[in-house]
Amino acid sequence: MTAAASAAGPADEVSGAGALPRWLHPGAWWLWAIGLSTAASRTTNPLLLLLIIVVAGVVVGARRPDAPWARSYIFFLKLGLFVVAIRVVLQVLLGAPMGTTVVLSLPQVPLPGWLAGVRLGGDVTVESILFAVYDGLRLATMLACIGAANSLASPSRLLRSLPAALYEVGVAVVVALTFAPQLVTDIGRVRTARRLRGRPTRGVRGIAGAAMPVFEGALDRAVVLAAAMDSRGYGRTADLSRATRQISAGLLLGGVLGVCLGVYGLLDASAPALLGLPMLLAGAFAAVLGLGLAGRRSIRSRYRPDPWRAPEWLVAGCGVMAAAGVLVTAGLGLDGLTAQVFPPTWPQLPAPAVLGILLGLLPAVIAPPIPRSATAAVPPRPARPVEVAA
Amino acid sequence: MIRFDGVSVTYDGCVEPVLADVNLHVPEGELCLVVGRTGTGKSTLLRAVNGLVPHFSGGTLRGRVTVAGRDTAGHPPRDMADLVGVVPQDPRSGFVTDVVEDELAYAMESLGLPEPVMRRRVEETMDLLGLADLRERALSTLSGGQMQRVAIASVLTTHPRVLVLDEPTSALDPGAAEEVLAAVQRLVHDLGMTVLLAEHRLERVVQYADRMIVVPGHGQPLIVGSPAQVMAIAPVAPPVVQLGRAAGWEPLPLSVRDARRQAGELRRRLDGHRPPLRIVAPSAAAPVAEVCGLVVRYGSVVALRGVDVAVRAGEVTALMGRNGAGKSTLLAALVGLRRPDAGTVRLAPPTTAGDRPVGTTEEAVREARRRPFRSRRGSRVVATRSDDPAELRGTGLVRRVGLVPQDPADLLYADRVADECRHADADAGVPAGSTRALLALLAPDVEDGTHPRDLSEGQRLSLALAVVLAGEPPLLLLDEPTRGLDYTAKARLVTALRRLADAGHAVVLATHDVELVAEVATRVIVLAEGEVVADGPTADVVVSSPMFAPQVAKVLAPAAWLTVADVAAALQESVTTSLQAPGNEPAADPTRPSWWAAG
Repeated sequence: MTAAASAAGPADEVSGAGALPRWLHPGAWWLWAIGLSTAASRTTNPLLLLLIIVVAGVVVGARRPDAPWARSYIFFLKLGLFVVAIRVVLQVLLGAPMGTTVVLSLPQVPLPGWLAGVRLGGDVTVESILFAVYDGLRLATMLACIGAANSLASPSRLLRSLPAALYEVGVAVVVALTFAPQLVTDIGRVRTARRLRGRPTRGVRGIAGAAMPVFEGALDRAVVLAAAMDSRGYGRTADLSRATRQISAGLLLGGVLGVCLGVYGLLDASAPALLGLPMLLAGAFAAVLGLGLAGRRSIRSRYRPDPWRAPEWLVAGCGVMAAAGVLVTAGLGLDGLTAQVFPPTWPQLPAPAVLGILLGLLPAVIAPPIPRSATAAVPPRPARPVEVAA
Repeated sequence: MIRFDGVSVTYDGCVEPVLADVNLHVPEGELCLVVGRTGTGKSTLLRAVNGLVPHFSGGTLRGRVTVAGRDTAGHPPRDMADLVGVVPQDPRSGFVTDVVEDELAYAMESLGLPEPVMRRRVEETMDLLGLADLRERALSTLSGGQMQRVAIASVLTTHPRVLVLDEPTSALDPGAAEEVLAAVQRLVHDLGMTVLLAEHRLERVVQYADRMIVVPGHGQPLIVGSPAQVMAIAPVAPPVVQLGRAAGWEPLPLSVRDARRQAGELRRRLDGHRPPLRIVAPSAAAPVAEVCGLVVRYGSVVALRGVDVAVRAGEVTALMGRNGAGKSTLLAALVGLRRPDAGTVRLAPPTTAGDRPVGTTEEAVREARRRPFRSRRGSRVVATRSDDPAELRGTGLVRRVGLVPQDPADLLYADRVADECRHADADAGVPAGSTRALLALLAPDVEDGTHPRDLSEGQRLSLALAVVLAGEPPLLLLDEPTRGLDYTAKARLVTALRRLADAGHAVVLATHDVELVAEVATRVIVLAEGEVVADGPTADVVVSSPMFAPQVAKVLAPAAWLTVADVAAALQESVTTSLQAPGNEPAADPTRPSWWAAG
């Protein structure tokens, strides 16, 4: 809190009362979550992974608005558990033999010679199960980080903060998001109507019969929406020279490629160092430049853009610190990033990594509290299906 | 402000122009009401104002359309956005964002207005239309009236000088319609905005209009004039105007208030006359469906709490009440789409009523045997299986009970009217041609080769009605049947429903349309919060109600007159007896088409 207050320049952050309630820029939450998940991707130490999950969970608990999309953290946690379970089951059934501590002996299915290397059943060892659990836990932790970002940052606000050049993509996504639930109600309505006519509602015939009216309805709505958007000024553009357009396209393409390579280098420990952070930064720079140029074509202005101020820098910085802690640990060659399974030993806790991840906890305090009206913002949708044909 | 100079519009693939040689001038600051039957080119006229016709719709527009001097030929709709605000018929389908505040800002963002201006205008517009409380609400959670106001606000933020509204109240209940019209009124009076408004429900808007434009269709010239002038000659008119015509008032009243002030003399003339009774003696008719202690809940929301209703043959029952009161749920339970959480819904056992064979339920019984204890949320279905609509399927259902949903198009699948009728014959297990014959009776002007989507609202309703009636279900349910119907189509529907009731069908309608209820219902049930708050003969329930009373009742209260036809018959009776309506049929409605007499 003190850090936020002292670093805050603009008026809305200061005043002795601390940060005023407002929405944090969704980009800041995503950077924070990406930092945590980068940290998770570079370790299989279960203690560190669990620590990341707890850190993400605490922040979500502290700064989560009461909206339907804000419940995704729990959903992603469940998904993570499922991933771990699948990973273990696969290991037990198909995994290569590992270690010597046999806990269970499954009958081994003899396979033909050309399937050499694949094993079905056989001895199950503690080592192999632990290995699978740790590996699955890593993926589950990364999922939890994504879930946390989803819970904290409203998807529609994130889309609104897209750069002007990507605006069209954002609109397409928003429209798709509102169409999806509409499609579900449409399907329900058409099935109802089929039943009223004494037609089958299940089976291939039922689905085939319902598809046409649903698609026709969706198409009709799309046309109405397009007309409405057109009459509200959508698509007014400023003229841009051909050269500018080509340069911006080139920059964008190169930038996106650079970002992809950079992310790959960062996540894959075996990649050359040059492919990591430097490539990511170069790519990001080129992409931003390209987007800026392309954005000049659009004359749109933005209503109440989410500001990027001190709390945003701090929250994003906490994510970066979490990633940095793990990367530094790896760079120093400290033990504890890879969990020992041969033989199984209690994992160590490397100090830089733990410190970095614990810094990820700070946003629970330094992020401005969510606005009070947010609780009333999206009242719980009445849990009733749409009335018949209503 | 808006000027049409020799405008003709021809859509691609059509020979006849939709609008032919239209010359029109709407001065600044007027509320201009556009009326006409469906399919006459009303929407085309409205959409031509901001250039959606022809830029978006295709087709050819000859002549010039200018708004404040800006020609739509050189300006596509997006370049008219700061001058003309267009609100589509269904506001839901025009929303681009998902939160009220963002929706209000959307058009301004497209125009590239600076942020401080946007902030100020959003706040001002919210106050103007009373939306401040809804600022952060998700659009999908708003009520119909709120949605319509948000849609209007979202085009107002660009400060247009013309507002174009396409049937803003046709889907709303009376209260929500008042809310929206009051907002429009305020825009015209306080801001001097020019408003072009199309509406079928004349009784709601005619008193607010400064000018009326009748679009007769088939390329005939427009009729333009003050509401009083136009109403004197228009073929369709709201009941209060018809009452004025029947009573010979001059000038014609346009609102209940005008009429009430002139009505003293009429009330004296009607002294001694009694409004015709239209009650089916309850004991004489067998119940077609019985609902006992019906409870339906959606999660924590109780849609119906302990409803007891018996519907009898020959009765036309109107279900009224605000949106969400449980009307649609009751219909859904009657047709078996919703299983009761408690209580029972029973249809009368299939017998031969009169000479009308009622379908077998073999299929239903088979279905019930296959899954005898199918239940939901632990509540056992206690009704005799074949009498429970939720257990009926296929022909067994079609021949026992029929529902015309709010959007009749849901029931229609085929590409041609003729195919649709053929399928309906097969679905109901009736001889080929039965549905087509029914349709010919309900809407003689429908052609076999037409795609159901290309029919007018009224024709589509007739087709859906014919499809449902093919199975001759003793119980017929209609959900909001008059939504989007013009007066002529409504008159047809009224006649059809009366004849069905006379033929021994039980009809139940869920509706907001008080004039339809006054015309056709014998009994009114008012639902609120899932409970029955009133149930009785139409006149007893509606006459004293401020919300549900038809215009005639409001003018002539405390006497229980409901329709212009009843009043006209009584007046004629007092002059001469020779022109009296035959039998117990209500007297001929002046607006009723003559075709029905032959059927």
